[in-house]
Amino acid sequence: MTRKGKRLALISGALAVLAIAVGLVLFALRDNIVFFYSPAELAQKRVAPGTRLRIGGLVKEGSVQRGDDRNVAFTVTDRTADLSVTYKGLLPDLFREGQGVVVDGTLGADGAFRADSVLAKHDERYMPREVADSLKKQGVWQGEGTKK
Amino acid sequence: MIVETGHFALVLALALALAQAILPFVGARLRDVSLMRVARPVAVAQFLLVATAYGALTYAHVVSDFSLVNVIENSHSLKPMIYKISGVWGNHEGSMLLWVLVLSSCGAAIALLSRAMPDVLRADTLAVQGLMGAAFLAFILLTSNPFARVADPPWQGRDLNPILQDPGLAIHPPLLYLGYVGFSIVFSFAAAALIGGRIDAAWARFVRPWTLAAWIFLTLGIAMGSYWAYYTLGWGGFWFWDPVENASLMPWLAGTALLHCAAVMEKREALKVWTIFLSILAFSLSLLGTFLVRSGVLTSVHAFASDPQRGVFILAILVAFIGGALALFAFRASALPTGGLFAPISREGALVVNNLLLTVACATVVIGTLYPLALEALTGDKISVGAPFFDTVLIPIALPLVLLMPIGQMLAWKRGDLLAALQRLRAAFAAGVVALAAFGALYGAPALSIVSAGLAVYLVIGAFTDIAQRAAQGNALARLRGLPLSAWGTSIAHAGMGLSLLGLAATGWGVEQIVAMKPGVAQEVGPYQVTIEDIASRAGPNYAETYAVMALRKGGETIARIEPAKRFYQARRMARTEAGIVTLGLGQVYAALGEQHEDGTLDARLYYKPLVLLIWLGAVVMALGGGLSLADRRLRIGVASRARTAAQPQAAE
Repeated sequence: MTRKGKRLALISGALAVLAIAVGLVLFALRDNIVFFYSPAELAQKRVAPGTRLRIGGLVKEGSVQRGDDRNVAFTVTDRTADLSVTYKGLLPDLFREGQGVVVDGTLGADGAFRADSVLAKHDERYMPREVADSLKKQGVWQGEGTKK
Repeated sequence: MIVETGHFALVLALALALAQAILPFVGARLRDVSLMRVARPVAVAQFLLVATAYGALTYAHVVSDFSLVNVIENSHSLKPMIYKISGVWGNHEGSMLLWVLVLSSCGAAIALLSRAMPDVLRADTLAVQGLMGAAFLAFILLTSNPFARVADPPWQGRDLNPILQDPGLAIHPPLLYLGYVGFSIVFSFAAAALIGGRIDAAWARFVRPWTLAAWIFLTLGIAMGSYWAYYTLGWGGFWFWDPVENASLMPWLAGTALLHCAAVMEKREALKVWTIFLSILAFSLSLLGTFLVRSGVLTSVHAFASDPQRGVFILAILVAFIGGALALFAFRASALPTGGLFAPISREGALVVNNLLLTVACATVVIGTLYPLALEALTGDKISVGAPFFDTVLIPIALPLVLLMPIGQMLAWKRGDLLAALQRLRAAFAAGVVALAAFGALYGAPALSIVSAGLAVYLVIGAFTDIAQRAAQGNALARLRGLPLSAWGTSIAHAGMGLSLLGLAATGWGVEQIVAMKPGVAQEVGPYQVTIEDIASRAGPNYAETYAVMALRKGGETIARIEPAKRFYQARRMARTEAGIVTLGLGQVYAALGEQHEDGTLDARLYYKPLVLLIWLGAVVMALGGGLSLADRRLRIGVASRARTAAQPQAAE
């Protein structure tokens, strides 16, 4: 192969791999990203039922109801809007009323959210950043280090 | 007094780092040998001073000196000794100090192990290393002083975050930092080569052992972190595509690419500019990782506290070093002598394909990690990019890479014979197909697991095919002894990759269930039965726990007892799940407790994970392969000049 040919083979090979990778990334970004909303933002946007979402907020005091067979229902609030959430499974160690929580799942046609994973904050000082931001936006943030 | 000594040592270290950054550099420009030689003692002294500071902070943690903010916030007098020591790096200030300690130890290592190196190259390398040290020491002293005192010391500290109180965490950060920061050496070498405008095969021979060493530590650090997440977070996951994990994966991918292309540069004097670029990239991604983790841009276990001032400072360091290095690269790379081109079907060609796939994989991880941050900054939309994205993108890149790994190993330098290589790999292909059929018959699904397992077996067999075929030609023992250690290293590292892949594939065949368990009633998990025999409470040094005694039986015979527990740490009023794990061969049974109900039933996660240990054992084997290569006489640190004149046995003909 000539010098030119070698160089051409190298460059076209690299471009081919790159093109495939770009295609994959675009495809994956279109289908596999999940938007994060607070209950108030969710109320404003018209989201089609069945869309995968992450919702962050606080677990409303007195809203946690435990049913049979590890079914749990609770309300996630950002003090402006509420969203009722159902979940089946084990709640994390740090799940408590009045504390920050992020739920992953889909919005049902009845407006209730079916979570398939529930994440709680990591420690007493930690609040999911998204939750802190949206609480700040809603004006109910009580400053750094505020404890329940 | 000891604490003040530590603080003072840190300030002195900053002054020395500045001297190390300026004097040798000026010396190299003026060709003044005595100025250039200042670099070595200064680098060693800087390391000793940072080590003193680090020792002082460790002392304060060990004796529970609650007059230090850092100790109050992260320690407790009842905490076990090992966590008092590891707690030093379980917080922002201490972990930055560890970062700088590793950085200065890299400088000292270059200074001590570079006798054979030309004066100018050594002076420039240590100057760049000194500049980095100065930037990070200034960061610590100005924004994250670990030696800050309080006027009114409390009686007790607030304890370390319970999920960080674990032996795994005692080793994970130092290993990871040795890897991350180890790439700083390579970065400094690259910058020095660009400044000096000289680069040759000898340069690659200086750089490769350091790359290899950093890569070994990074591999072990990532594996350790992943195993830690697996057993402490209580739900059996080992990789979450969390940006912080990605932060360690990005330099690993770039470092792996660098390792392979440095081989091309060393043997064939080609790909010089690309090697320099990857050297810069590997450490730039480490810096990016540090920024993501330490600036408070992200929230995770790793982000200890967010302080915008720190974020801006680290961002400035990041921009200055990455931008500076890339600018230097842009201006000077064209001045570097370029290497020759080569035939596409050859060892070099195969390594180029390796680099292409690895850097593309690295780029997709970078995109997946930074895209949500960029989108939020630009539009305010918050999104999360998780496992589905990375699976979709990385699997189609990783599987072809695995398919090509043994083939590349079979090709000779300069001109390879693809057909002959494929023929020599017949046994490996056959083994892969047999494994595919066997796993398919055994489990049936999922298809991805079966294909991956087949590929993994092919990779393990293929990795050793070359060595086996050499041994088969006559006197096996003599032939095996004659092989360079680096040939063994390559084979073992590739086989390690295969083992990890097999472990990953096997995750598709496990059983994961959440069950309500009644004491005394057996629960099926995979081929085993688990029964709760007792539920009780007890007190640990700084926690109280409720634990269940579970018996694991197979065919009526008790194999093991496990004690999964829920711990409650008083100081932080925090609960933590302690998983109960039994290792059975290479698989594990994993139990984690949930809530206990009034009727006596206990919620629990019960997992059966076949071959799961291979995921991490594979990484250890990869590191072992790296270690063997590092031990190769021809590659040993500091012997580059002698190796140049020595005969060069080719790894594959």
